[in-house]
Amino acid sequence: MKPTYHYTENNLIDSEPNKFKEENLRSEEMILNIGPQHPSTHGVLRLEVISDGEVIKEVVPHIGYLHRCFEKHAENLPFNQIIPFVDRIDYLASMNNEHAYALGVEKMLGIIEQIPRRVEYIRVLVAELNRIASHFIAIGTYGMDIGAFTPFFWVMRDREHILRLLEWASGSRLLYNYIWIGGLFYDIPVGFEEQCQQYIKYLKPKLQELEDILINNKIFIERTANVGVLPLHTAINYGITGPMLRASGLRFDLRKVDAYSIYPELDFHVPIGEGKMGKLGDCWDRTWVRMQEIYQSVSIIEQCVARLTSDLKRDVTFDPQALVPKKIRPAAQDFYCRAENPKGELGFFFRTDGRNDVPVRCKVRGPSFVNLSVLPALAKGVLLADLIAIVGSLDLVMGEVDR
Amino acid sequence: MKSEELASFLQQYFQHQFEKIELMNGSCFIEVSSNNSFELLSNLKNHPQLYFDSLSCLTAIDNGAQAGSMEVIYQLYSIPFHHSLSAKVILPREHPTIDSVESIWKTANWHEREAYDMFGISFNNHPDLRRILMPADWEGFPLRKDYQTQETYRNIKVDYQQP
Repeated sequence: MKPTYHYTENNLIDSEPNKFKEENLRSEEMILNIGPQHPSTHGVLRLEVISDGEVIKEVVPHIGYLHRCFEKHAENLPFNQIIPFVDRIDYLASMNNEHAYALGVEKMLGIIEQIPRRVEYIRVLVAELNRIASHFIAIGTYGMDIGAFTPFFWVMRDREHILRLLEWASGSRLLYNYIWIGGLFYDIPVGFEEQCQQYIKYLKPKLQELEDILINNKIFIERTANVGVLPLHTAINYGITGPMLRASGLRFDLRKVDAYSIYPELDFHVPIGEGKMGKLGDCWDRTWVRMQEIYQSVSIIEQCVARLTSDLKRDVTFDPQALVPKKIRPAAQDFYCRAENPKGELGFFFRTDGRNDVPVRCKVRGPSFVNLSVLPALAKGVLLADLIAIVGSLDLVMGEVDR
Repeated sequence: MKSEELASFLQQYFQHQFEKIELMNGSCFIEVSSNNSFELLSNLKNHPQLYFDSLSCLTAIDNGAQAGSMEVIYQLYSIPFHHSLSAKVILPREHPTIDSVESIWKTANWHEREAYDMFGISFNNHPDLRRILMPADWEGFPLRKDYQTQETYRNIKVDYQQP
């Protein structure tokens, strides 16, 4: 017998019921569903909004529409085969995910000290390129959310160059599987450093242009300043990390705090929100911090390229796969490692039993998941149009929220 | 504080509140009984020299039917002092219950909902304990070691291996 699916209203209500019941609402209030298919929710996010006219009383995010069982898959795969799945957690910043994951497994194996410096520099180079691409998407789509259409095309045009560079190195545009445990899939291609330099030269005036047309635009400021103000103590209590936390005024960047990889050797500073256009920690500050981080990433890329073309030059004896272990079998332990993703703190919690090259448990602490959880507190009492501005400023990637 | 200093500090001031302490790969782990986990965790947050103001991660592990236990693991981090601590609570596999830490760290709200969704651990005093990732009418808790997928979900075959 062929299975049949009956589409009824009750079916939908049973699988993802609303938190609030209509009969419990006050007379002027109504339930409004935004999403799961809505351009301004950045993916399949459903917001159950209790509103009184245009004023929002409560927001309840319903997530899980993009749940792909990463943790269940990871319990059945050897460590090296998990990397392609790690790419798909935050599909806009795959290199950063891989970097964090490789770092964690290498620490468990105890080979983190032996990784060649050229490998680490290449890793940071591609990760920072990917960070710029991710911030471009964040800023571009945010502009589009609140009505600025042109900057989106500009950032997509500039991001395309990054994707082509990364495709040249790894073979794919978005999901790279490039950073391996103990090394890299392959050395960067000949001429990659020069292309990076050329790209940076091309990018710098474009960044200024983007800042002029979007970030310092009067309409943009009026839509975002003083909207969705996130005080610092609330941010810390909700576990917010990344640009959102920094926009609230705390200079906290895991690249500096944990000083992992080769970041201590690089010269960059951590921009924080200053409340220039409104209150500290509003939507404008969050976007501005992302913009400033792009400048810092550009500077990191320049420094990496400089090192890769001088004392860490390519030579024929260099083998990026030399340290890749044949059998990845860490000793029995619990281990939590974290790294700075474009969205915030990406953490991996591993438990290994030492007898197997498959983790017993591999939990992902996705920054977007945690950053989204502040939305009900942030969006209480704002106008409906401001809700869209707030959701956009969180820079959500639903792949990471639902994993 | 470094992990070693943290371990000796905890042994000095909180000795009667946890059961075991160990250092593993440079990080400090304590084991707490489920009865006083809430009290200890709130003390850890409010102690002026520890001040674990952020809960990085909360997760659970199922040890399987043979061991008959489950674990809830808290990753604590102190932003001003830059030290971290993992606290582990062992629960029975039948009706695992633990006090919610939502009133200490708001971020625990969604983490605990996820642990409930995936492992079926119920958190006392949680304000909003619903499934978060799976549909509300899904059967079973997917990350338990003995989990069997339901055959059909709304007349859709769940097991994709069988055509």
